[in-house]
Amino acid sequence: MNKEKVVLIGNGMAGIRTLEEIIKREPNRFQFTVFGAEPHPNYNRILLSSVLQGDSSVSDIVLNDYDWYERNQIELFTGDAVVRVDCRKKEVWSASGIKRTYDRLIFATGSDPFMLPLPGAEKEGVIAFRNIADCESMINAAKSYQKAVVIGGGLLGLEAARGLLNLKMDVDVIHIADHLMDRQLDSDAGKMLKAELEQQGMQFHLNKKTVKINGHKRVKGISFSDQTSIKADLVVMAVGIRPNVQLAKQSGLKVNQAIVVNDYMETSEEDVYAVGECAEHRGIVYGLVAPLYEQGKVLAEHICTNTSNEVSGYKGSIVSTKLKVSGINVFSAGAFRDQDETKSIRIHDEFAGVYKKLVVKNNQVVGAVLFGDTNDANRILSLIRSGEDISAISKAALFPSETNDSSPSVVATMADEETICGCNGVSKGEIVCAIKEQGLSTVAEIRQCTNASRSCGGCKPEVAELLALTTGTDIMAKPEPLCGCTELTHEAVVASIREMGLSYVREVMSVLGWKSEEGCSKCRPALNYYLGLISPLDYTDDAHSRFVNERVHANIQKDGTFSVVPRMYGGVTNPEQLRKIADVAEKYNVPLLKVTGGQRIDLLGVEKEKLPNVWRDLGMRSGYAYGKTLRTVKTCVGEDFCRFGTQDSVSLGIEIEKKYEGLNTPHKVKMAVSACPRNCAESGIKDVGIVGVEGAWEIYVGGNGGVDLRSAELLCKVATNEEVMETISAFLQYYREQATYLERTSHWIERVGLESIKKVIFDDSIERAALIERMEMALSRHKDPWTEIVESEEKQQQLFEKKKIAVKQGGGM
Amino acid sequence: MAFVEAGRKVFVANRNELAVGLGKKVEIEGRELALFMQEDGSVRILDNKCPHKGGPLSEGIVSGNYVYCPLHDWKICMKTGSAQGGDQGNVACFTVEVEGDDIYVFI
Ligand SMILES: Cc1cc2nc3c(=O)[nH]c(=O)nc-3n(C[C@H](O)[C@H](O)[C@H](O)COP(=O)(O)OP(=O)(O)OC[C@H]3O[C@@H](n4cnc5c(N)ncnc54)[C@H](O)[C@@H]3O)c2cc1C
Ligand code: SF4
Ligand code: FES
Repeated sequence: MNKEKVVLIGNGMAGIRTLEEIIKREPNRFQFTVFGAEPHPNYNRILLSSVLQGDSSVSDIVLNDYDWYERNQIELFTGDAVVRVDCRKKEVWSASGIKRTYDRLIFATGSDPFMLPLPGAEKEGVIAFRNIADCESMINAAKSYQKAVVIGGGLLGLEAARGLLNLKMDVDVIHIADHLMDRQLDSDAGKMLKAELEQQGMQFHLNKKTVKINGHKRVKGISFSDQTSIKADLVVMAVGIRPNVQLAKQSGLKVNQAIVVNDYMETSEEDVYAVGECAEHRGIVYGLVAPLYEQGKVLAEHICTNTSNEVSGYKGSIVSTKLKVSGINVFSAGAFRDQDETKSIRIHDEFAGVYKKLVVKNNQVVGAVLFGDTNDANRILSLIRSGEDISAISKAALFPSETNDSSPSVVATMADEETICGCNGVSKGEIVCAIKEQGLSTVAEIRQCTNASRSCGGCKPEVAELLALTTGTDIMAKPEPLCGCTELTHEAVVASIREMGLSYVREVMSVLGWKSEEGCSKCRPALNYYLGLISPLDYTDDAHSRFVNERVHANIQKDGTFSVVPRMYGGVTNPEQLRKIADVAEKYNVPLLKVTGGQRIDLLGVEKEKLPNVWRDLGMRSGYAYGKTLRTVKTCVGEDFCRFGTQDSVSLGIEIEKKYEGLNTPHKVKMAVSACPRNCAESGIKDVGIVGVEGAWEIYVGGNGGVDLRSAELLCKVATNEEVMETISAFLQYYREQATYLERTSHWIERVGLESIKKVIFDDSIERAALIERMEMALSRHKDPWTEIVESEEKQQQLFEKKKIAVKQGGGM
Repeated sequence: MAFVEAGRKVFVANRNELAVGLGKKVEIEGRELALFMQEDGSVRILDNKCPHKGGPLSEGIVSGNYVYCPLHDWKICMKTGSAQGGDQGNVACFTVEVEGDDIYVFI
């Protein structure tokens, strides 16, 4: 069986889409080989902006992972560019020396960013915005530098600038024209855009021509033609792209601005094709995915049918763009500029910040600009595409969203042929059909089946709305699933565990139809927590589903060693303990001894196999500095010594710490007790903070001193220590039962509101008593993990033993 | 794939030293290996070094054929050694032979 060999140069968006289209039609006919210069599987370049803006991670934007290549038996070489093509012998060579012959060859080499040839452009800190590596260098630069300058106020430049703002840099945007996005917007819309972005924190320098990049090794600033200059630690050039055609030229293909192709994407050489940004069709080079995907489809049809006359061929595309900066809606399509022979319809609402313009020529819509409200974008695009005569159409039908009665939504009124997903060319009819025929119930499934919303994601709201309309359910309200292994939410999983009486992690996954049999590092710890919460007395903790810290009861450090933090109730210690810690530190050569922020002593840099001995020698209990549990109760000096103290904060702190130590919670819990409002124990930023006032204790909850700094809110004021304990029990138990795994109290309270918590733990005396009882039950199971391990040979062997094998000379055994 | 060329055959562990779902660290001539026993009894051996920043894979959460690095949660396939999702990199996998309860690695 000799399959036809298809070789693809370029592992990017257009090339891989072409292979997908081929595989869809002919799953088994071809043997594919893909060369990609970047060291990644095929990813969604469009969403680099959202990686930079911090909304996605690199793994979120992968379109096809390595499994996909494997499943389709595609031979993939990443990080290996093709450097030579011999069209006569039908051979290609890669940089690393790999040779492949082909029956058909596809060029999809995309483009390179255009770097202005300015003096100094080669300096460190001058980059483009095109690939994952660029994204990473911006993220890294933001860690040590402050001032970023983006050259280019177009689509890409503004998205980069927004990302840099999110990375907490100061951002200046330099633009040569007199308004932003001059290729997509007229000057009215451009000005509105500038005002909005200035509000977000960007600074603009329009009509400026950069002439020089200053600095020694690394960029320090840039100079303009008007003799002025500004400072810069990072310069991002986003002034345009240049088709990547060098290889094609060397290989003898006909190249103008880009590789010349006909309507079937055929180049001047036989059996050699080009798609994407490296191709020039009827004199036009496209730089957006929608047209490139259309090209990919045509090429796939052509390759699969073999003859040109069966497929209609590519006729060129009408392009439209949106800016992907959150909070700003911009849309532009077709010939949007006013010309002598055009007239326009405009709506300009300066109060609402809305601007809409339709450019009309011979009674046909030929272009449009929308700013502030882009709901009519799809409708307008289809008017442009169809070339419908609009003289008889009412204004309301031109701008459906202006009619103001939002009830029949824009999506509902769209015709079946109208496009919902512009990038992938998916129509409303196709989506509705897929939902009905295949019983789809989530946006993710629609994306899988139809490709709709798979690229820029701009049409996701419309897709969701369509799903809601078709199935009669409110999909937008559908919250996040627990993890990628299931569609179910945390709440739904917990409810099923309770209802069906499930009792093992694996059982939950198989009964609830997990997509991967084994789960992942997100769901397994969560399920383990929920099972323990629901059956505190019967459930046996699944150590395999715990993160290493909680499995070996010590904190893993970056070099793979561990740190040991013994319990010191309320931060109080004594000479004997201190002496013991000192002795242990000496005996085991602990490289760093440190007082922690939680008033304890940390022994850092202990090798794993030594942990049980360290614990044995210390003879102290675990401080749980590693767990999703109560960490510490910090205390201030209090009434015995402090001249302001009104209460005994130390005793109360110790009492609290002793009671709740070892409790499993959705996330770590930190507490503190201060004896007066001076708050020396920082009670205001703890999950539970107690503050002594004359004759009473105030209890604050939901504080956080971490990344999302948040001050705690007053929960109540009580008179006695007993009431303090009861209230903590009711509050923490309610948190344990209601919060999702890995949700800190601060986020939980923000989500559900403090009032709703107060209602349950103060107004409902039956529920309060029940919560306190369930807390007591949970606490009854606590055993100190260090002592347990020190006493169990088996655990020590399984978890801590270090095995070293000496190989005898002469090899093996 | 990143399979290391087969070399000497070395005994590394007895099967009963391993537990399904828990990695085991073994040092051979200064080189750290991570051993994993699968539910079907097969054994996989990788370099104990995450391709990201060298995290000890033997300490990771094991899910089927994958291990999640304990430092930054990269997902590594134990069959091929390659990082999953958008992450890029490979960890060396070793050829394993199991004779009865004895596990050998070719190193
Ligand atoms: C930050 C950003 C935001 C964007 N936003 C949008 C948007 O909102 N909407 C939109 O429609 N478009 C957007 N685009 C443009 C869109 O990403 C591109 O038009 C599209 O990716 C081009 O696809 P392609 O396959 O032609 O090229 P690419 O996706 O660039 O793929 C080409 C690949 O070929 C590889 N290659 C080159 N030479 C060789 C060789 N000799 N051997 C092997 N491999 C080689 C390259 O490394 C590259 O990975 C955006 C682009 C960027 C950078
Ligand atoms: S919080 Fe008040 S009582 Fe406690 S140490 Fe500070 S000043 Fe003194
Ligand atoms: S070192 Fe393994 S994920 Fe970072």
